[in-house]
Amino acid sequence: MAHDTTVQTAGHDEHHHESPVVFGFWVYLMTDCIIFGSLFAVFAVLHNQVNGGPSGRDLFEYKGLAEETALLLISSITYGFGMIAAHKNEISKVIMWLGVTFLLGLGFVGLELSEFAHMIHEGNGPDRSAFLSSFFTLVSTHGLHVTCGLIWIVTLIVQLMGTTEIPERMMSKLTCLSLFWHFLDIVWICVFTYVYLASMI
Amino acid sequence: MKNKLLARMARLGGLSSALLLAGCEMDVLDPKGPVGDGVKSLIATSTIAMLIVVVPTIILSLAFAWHYRQSNTSAEYLPKWSHSNKVELIIWGVPSLIILFLAVITYQTSHSLDPYKPLEAEATTKPLHVEVVALDWKWLFIYPEQGIATVNQLAIPVNTPVDFVITSDSVMNSFFIPRLGSMIYAMAGMQTQLHLLASEPGDYLGESANYSGRGFSDMKFRTLAVSGDEFNAWVDKVKSSSEQLDGQTYPKLAAPSEANPVEYFAHVEPGLFNTIVAKYNNGMVMDKSTGKMLQVQQSAMSDMNMKE
Amino acid sequence: MLGRLSFSAIPLDVPILVGTFLGVAIIGLAVLGLITYYGKWGYLWKEWFTTVDHKRLAVMYVVLALVALFRGFADAIMMRTQLAMAYAGNPGYLPPHHYDQIFSAHGTIMIFFLAMAFMTGLFNFVVPLQIGARDVAFPFLNNLSFWMTAIAFILVNVSLFIGEFSQCGWLAYPPLSETQFSPGVGVDYYIWAIQLSGVGTLLTGVNFFVTIVKMRAPGMTWMRMPVFTWTAFCASILIMVSFPVLTVAVALLGLDRYFGMHFFTNDGGGNQMLYLSLIWAWGHPEVYILVIPAFGVFSEVVPAFSGKPLFGYGTMVYATCSIMVLSFIVWVHHFFTMGAGPDVNAFFGIATMIISIPTGVKLFNWMFTMYKGRVQFHACMYWAVGFMVTFTIGGMTGVMMAIPGADFVLHNSLFLIAHFHNVIIGGVYFGYICGMNFWFPKVMGFKMNETWGIRAFWFWFVGFYFAFVPLYVLGFDGMTRRMNHYDNPQWHVLMLIAEVGAVLILLGIVCQLTQLYVTIRDRNLPANRDVTGDPWNGRALEWSTSSPPPPYNFAIVPHVHELDAFMHDKENGIDTRGAGGPYAPIHMPKNTAAGFLVGAFSFIFGFAAVWYIWWLAALGLIGVIGTIIARSANKDIDYYIPAEEVARIENEHSRKLMAQAAE
Repeated sequence: MAHDTTVQTAGHDEHHHESPVVFGFWVYLMTDCIIFGSLFAVFAVLHNQVNGGPSGRDLFEYKGLAEETALLLISSITYGFGMIAAHKNEISKVIMWLGVTFLLGLGFVGLELSEFAHMIHEGNGPDRSAFLSSFFTLVSTHGLHVTCGLIWIVTLIVQLMGTTEIPERMMSKLTCLSLFWHFLDIVWICVFTYVYLASMI
Repeated sequence: MKNKLLARMARLGGLSSALLLAGCEMDVLDPKGPVGDGVKSLIATSTIAMLIVVVPTIILSLAFAWHYRQSNTSAEYLPKWSHSNKVELIIWGVPSLIILFLAVITYQTSHSLDPYKPLEAEATTKPLHVEVVALDWKWLFIYPEQGIATVNQLAIPVNTPVDFVITSDSVMNSFFIPRLGSMIYAMAGMQTQLHLLASEPGDYLGESANYSGRGFSDMKFRTLAVSGDEFNAWVDKVKSSSEQLDGQTYPKLAAPSEANPVEYFAHVEPGLFNTIVAKYNNGMVMDKSTGKMLQVQQSAMSDMNMKE
Repeated sequence: MLGRLSFSAIPLDVPILVGTFLGVAIIGLAVLGLITYYGKWGYLWKEWFTTVDHKRLAVMYVVLALVALFRGFADAIMMRTQLAMAYAGNPGYLPPHHYDQIFSAHGTIMIFFLAMAFMTGLFNFVVPLQIGARDVAFPFLNNLSFWMTAIAFILVNVSLFIGEFSQCGWLAYPPLSETQFSPGVGVDYYIWAIQLSGVGTLLTGVNFFVTIVKMRAPGMTWMRMPVFTWTAFCASILIMVSFPVLTVAVALLGLDRYFGMHFFTNDGGGNQMLYLSLIWAWGHPEVYILVIPAFGVFSEVVPAFSGKPLFGYGTMVYATCSIMVLSFIVWVHHFFTMGAGPDVNAFFGIATMIISIPTGVKLFNWMFTMYKGRVQFHACMYWAVGFMVTFTIGGMTGVMMAIPGADFVLHNSLFLIAHFHNVIIGGVYFGYICGMNFWFPKVMGFKMNETWGIRAFWFWFVGFYFAFVPLYVLGFDGMTRRMNHYDNPQWHVLMLIAEVGAVLILLGIVCQLTQLYVTIRDRNLPANRDVTGDPWNGRALEWSTSSPPPPYNFAIVPHVHELDAFMHDKENGIDTRGAGGPYAPIHMPKNTAAGFLVGAFSFIFGFAAVWYIWWLAALGLIGVIGTIIARSANKDIDYYIPAEEVARIENEHSRKLMAQAAE
């Protein structure tokens, strides 16, 4: 959202404001953090309200979960490689690493959707109980963010194609997406710990 | 009606003189029970405490603005003056002291006026139990000890503590009898408590204080505070009604209706209140005295759910 | 194909709505016709709709706010008229179905589209100028924020004529707002209006936070920042922390309604009090978001018209910050009556009261600013002193309601209505109108008419007391809010007095319109022109540029040496403008249609989602994403104003300044 240039003060002024885009995006992510925080709080309040239906212990499986987590964590590393390449201005490598990150993210979303489909198929959809409402909402809000990240990755790959150098504006877009992607990783670790592990133990 | 009120006011004149608004025929400031009395004196005390700051603030704002008006060249003019530790000390100090005083009162009255706290009179007089259910858009009162129920009319004996347990079988409402004091929310699947006492006989307005939809404005009931004998006579009158309230007739009553007339039920199925609460809790209800969760009988539940 | 939208959704059976529709249609067509006749579409599009200039956006926000004021006030006077009529068996002229929509819309519009839009307008105009910046940090997002707010307001108004609006009050408490009890489209209109405008507000918060942190002129340390900017800063933080919670609360309500989930339903394990907690975790900070900037306005106006610096600047800053922090730990005072324990209630009650200490200190600070000053009774000062008197009373009744014991009889009564109108009208509205009178010459280059401004003040001031003192009394009388009719004759008299108050306020609004008309009519009278850019002998940097300021605000970014930077420069003979140059080319953002397009597609999305027209909703969403991607790929987003052009504009202003000084 925050891909924008700023109004810079006169170029020859002795002080120079650096572009606030990355800082602004980081601030925006903090507000996103509050959205997740609220959803975690809602989950905390409602996670025992199973309405006679299944609880987390009955529903969650280690296997898919471990795969999802692995995909997302590795995708953060591959994005990191992409950023290193970007700093070296190696555009084809940047595109390659973004592509890998995209595939890993896509795999994550795919696994998540199949887990959801399985639960809904068993009759344990989000309308089953307040617990499941809060579970689906929290996890799919994260999933939706990852999906937005995927669209963003594709957009940047397309914009990078055929260029020979990475201008400042593109660099700050890559940095913002990097913040976003790592942020989603951190949120996932919280989801993983608090939603899945805590219910399974 | 008017004369009676005036006579009462004359008697209460001494009490309400503390208030600037004394003498008005205002329900909340002319209470008919100890809870209302407590609230009233709390409002009076806090108002007076705050007026210590509020009145000077208003007067000084106007006075400074007037005295230092541009045309008054005889007034002192200090175009650079913008700081004074003395003034700062007073403007932080005085409000802080008043808030400290109010905080102490707040803490005390939060406990003494806690709606969940049984009234002191309960040590000497056996309380009356009433179960209240907010419906669309009417109030159902169940008297478990008498085995009767009424709609939109509440009778209570004077000088007897009344223990209300309140729930809703619809949206959120707030159970409020302004003359007697505090209100409390009525929420589906939850039970709230309220302890009130009428110290004078009378016919008091009861209402919902939380907007609940189309029929909200007519969701009113009369509270008849009567002597013990009159109360017994009223119970007998209700018992002579031909209506019964049970799993079969309840859904009809619970269906939405506006400006519902007063209804009497000579007999109520025991445990109806718990069934209504349990409906929203997978058949569970919390026992008020022990705090334990109990399972409500399934048969009662299935009757109730048929209407849904 | 059209979801649940059908011809029957148009309320042809309600004469009031048909009449309103015809009125709006005629005025709307007249306005559109005039624009077409004078060939102004291109001008509007190029210079206004697509603008990224914070000064232009500010004007658009204020115009939006004034339109919202008319709609919101029309609702208010209709309610008062209903209650003046509907007693003792008379049903009045508004059946509950219509009346309930009116009070829900009144609250929603007044808070989200009058107050928030007006506040954002003031931020936009004043903050960049006060901190010596050339624009906000993200000019495009600023334009986008405006359009999100505007289309959300349009969505609310569309509900008048297509379908219905929410009948659940301005906060749509569940379970009443759940599908089980409100199956119609009203709540869905509410949900989408809140969510779409929420995007705009959140981006505004981020934008101004970053602007203030990153773009202050050199030398402007935190403790040299003007108080209005401080208040904008605190309000931006409050927006960033609280609006996401609103988004979550309303989104979960939407999930309940659209997907049958069980967050706040009676059954399925839902918890309605969770919604109350979430909505008030936003709602209480929200009232401080609105009122803190109003405090900021008074902190600029009172010193300017007292000929003195603000008394206790440091105190003011600390008081503002402590109010900001405290506003997060008081939300339970909105539902003491849910039956939480006495310790919980006492905690939130006392936390609430503590806020009154820094607030009281602020009042004393303004008072001591006037003390030993030379108070000039400009129209702004009427609003300021009127505020000090009125707001003090509102604060007192607020503390009363913060005592749980007292709240148990005052909660949800008309006393509460009187209290919050006391602080919202007496604090927020008086403040914003005061600010409008104060900064108008800076925006337009000519001053507002004072006579009509003072008349407007008196009607509003007296009208307020007539309209709301009876409501305080009615609260003590046991009358609850949102009642459609009643039968108590005692209440009726007071309701008639309140109606008189509403009519007086109507006259106040008429005076304000006349004020605007007279101001624009007489704009070219020499006495009304603001040639110098500094009509009030101002103290902060916004008064150092011309009125209206050039697109780039400051040809040479000013250096700040002291608090009240411009006053310091004036007193020490420093030319803040750096007149004469040398000037450098100035880098500026280009106008863009992207904000308008995202807004338009969001409107389509919101409207389609209300009516379950899923294909159209998908189109809207694709439009939003497509526009953002296209914007991201656009490389033609900025330009330079050449140094010669800057020099020409600046020299022109210097010439005017010298001509003025020679007179």
